[in-house]
Amino acid sequence: MVKINGEPQDAAGQSVAAYLEAAGYDSRAVAVEYNEAILPKAQYAATQLADGDVVEIVCFMGGGC
Amino acid sequence: MSEKENNFFVDSAKLSEKALAKKHRLENDPSCRKDPMEYFPDMERITSDVRGKVIAQMEAYDESRYTAVDVRRALDHERCSIEDFKALLSRAAAPFLEEMAQRARRETSRHFGNTVYLFTPLYIANYCENYCVYCGFNCYNDIERLQLTPEQVAHEMKVIAESGMEEILILTGESKTKSDVHYIGEACKLARKYFKNVGLEVYPMNTEDYRYLHACGADYVTVFQETYDLKKYETLHLLGHKRVWPYRFEAQERALRGGMRGVGFSALLGLSDYHKDALATALHVYYLQRKYPQAEFSLSCPRLRPIINNEKINPLDVSEKVLCQILCAYRIFLPYVGITVSSRENVRFRNGIAKICATKISAGVSTGIGDHEEKYTGRDTGKTGDEQFEISDTRSIRSMYGDMEREGLQPVLNDYLYV
Amino acid sequence: MVQNEEDLLELGGRKFASRFILGSGKYSLQLIEAAVRDAGAEIVTVAVRRANTKEHENILDYIPKQVTLLPNTSGARTAEEAVRIAHLARELGCGDFVKIEIMRDSKYLLPDNEATVRATEQLAKEGFIVLPYMYPDLNTARDLVDAGAAAVMPLAAPIGSNKGLVTKEFIQILIDEIDLPIIVDAGIGSPAQACEAMQMGAAAVMANTALATAGNLPLMAAAFRDAIIAGRKAYRAGLGRVLARGAAASDPLTGFLRD
Repeated sequence: MVKINGEPQDAAGQSVAAYLEAAGYDSRAVAVEYNEAILPKAQYAATQLADGDVVEIVCFMGGGC
Repeated sequence: MSEKENNFFVDSAKLSEKALAKKHRLENDPSCRKDPMEYFPDMERITSDVRGKVIAQMEAYDESRYTAVDVRRALDHERCSIEDFKALLSRAAAPFLEEMAQRARRETSRHFGNTVYLFTPLYIANYCENYCVYCGFNCYNDIERLQLTPEQVAHEMKVIAESGMEEILILTGESKTKSDVHYIGEACKLARKYFKNVGLEVYPMNTEDYRYLHACGADYVTVFQETYDLKKYETLHLLGHKRVWPYRFEAQERALRGGMRGVGFSALLGLSDYHKDALATALHVYYLQRKYPQAEFSLSCPRLRPIINNEKINPLDVSEKVLCQILCAYRIFLPYVGITVSSRENVRFRNGIAKICATKISAGVSTGIGDHEEKYTGRDTGKTGDEQFEISDTRSIRSMYGDMEREGLQPVLNDYLYV
Repeated sequence: MVQNEEDLLELGGRKFASRFILGSGKYSLQLIEAAVRDAGAEIVTVAVRRANTKEHENILDYIPKQVTLLPNTSGARTAEEAVRIAHLARELGCGDFVKIEIMRDSKYLLPDNEATVRATEQLAKEGFIVLPYMYPDLNTARDLVDAGAAAVMPLAAPIGSNKGLVTKEFIQILIDEIDLPIIVDAGIGSPAQACEAMQMGAAAVMANTALATAGNLPLMAAAFRDAIIAGRKAYRAGLGRVLARGAAASDPLTGFLRD
């Protein structure tokens, strides 16, 4: 199982790019943290998810003071 | 006009002679009830000075000593002291209600803008081992009992999530054997799949249990003390874990020690002297906030409602105006806390109070078990469990969202960031 | 006016004509474009959160492309969390600006100055243009200069309070003593207060709640724009102060109650 945004997902064996597409994320609008390190967009396709990986997928929202 | 006291005792023909005899003994003979200060062996004891401070203040509070001069001074103060708060809760403040509401609105706007958060409560089981005389789930009440399986929980969550809701509050009756911590934990894990924010309103538990449920995905714990008046509490909670009054009082502190981000509080208004209960509720928050400044705090304001098999239960002297006064006083004294107004209150009241001081409102509510699909779609989906109390506002999330916008508020489904 | 065109705000080597930094929180996406336009803002703050596959609205689609995004680290309670959020923000592909916000008190939302200094040092080393939000303390401001901050953002009043320049004396000390732009952040509730901050010599003003809670958001954005321009002119001209406060009566709130 891969932990994605806090949830265990059956995503091992897929690339990050394939997961993002299958899950319906707009990869243009998100950033990915892979095992606590930033994953550059260029590596989405080459990065294979494996059991025990921890992934965070974030985007911008309104914010201020 | 309301009656002076509620008659809570209702017998069911389905109870055995022996069970009825025990019920009547509990109701009529205080000496056969357990000491409400005595912890069960499995209950964790923590060291804390919060309860002592709250109860000392509450016992010394005589609302009849406050006058219009005290209320005027309180409203003129930039920061509301505990003394000011006591004045605002007193009967002397009743003629100042509009001014209190104006002040409360300013405080709300300062901390929350024009936002109002929406959430849905989800009851997953109504088994209960307590005899709390005013509650529809009480163990002697003749109702349909049900506990959802994980598959049924997931289905209910899916139905609610598809309505657009992003925050869920999971509730159970208080049965540690039927709805154990592991069962609740599985529900939290499921909830994290469907929602961004998961709250719990279940029986009080130990720090380690809260730590486990936090790891399962819950981040907010609400426990209602019902009444802070121990003498009254003892006459209403006759049997079960809930009878242990101090263990319940310390639930929020254990939850925070277990890693929860936020905790919720309330007295059930109408059970006892509302001045004292409102004071104690707010001070419970006040002193815990000073001890745990990183935590988030919220207040609710339930009034007694009719239940299945007892249509006559009512909130006695806690009228709408009194409830509004209490909520305004909460807001002025604790401007940073969230205030939740449940579907126990009607559409008109909830629309009005959201513009003054409420920051969180439920929508798409059922207090029954396993009936969201039926209520949302009209499809009969089989066996359901009976409700905890009658609700007064049946609006769906969609209609609530629209109504809040029409009231000039900005409905927010979630702004939660898990870090 | 030639003189006016030369009076630019410089942050991390970038130059801006507008001195109004706009927040995008507490109001709807649909209002952002009008707010940015009417504010004349060239810098807009945004927050970072977990993405949701169900959401197809992207805030970036509502912010004009020429605007510089200033992601904040709201939600961070420690320096480490702020650094982590900053990394995610940069990876979202909108430049190297970051506004550090670290709060470990949910009641007052006051920034943690010590953790802010540590996060600033770390992120500046990594090449970020760091704008730290802070409680106006001269020693901390000096530490932030040493840590490599591009500006210092002291709060005027508790966040969201709309109370104006409660910390006026201390902000004035920072303006007088610190060689970085001082951007007054948090608590500015009215154009008059923004104008006053600019007259004191602030390099820019940030506002959000004041607009989000206004009756007409774009119109209030325009009012802030004009006030900030006026205050800057007054500062440069060496003119005096404007003090204005007031309260408006509103419609009865309790008419709905029945019993």
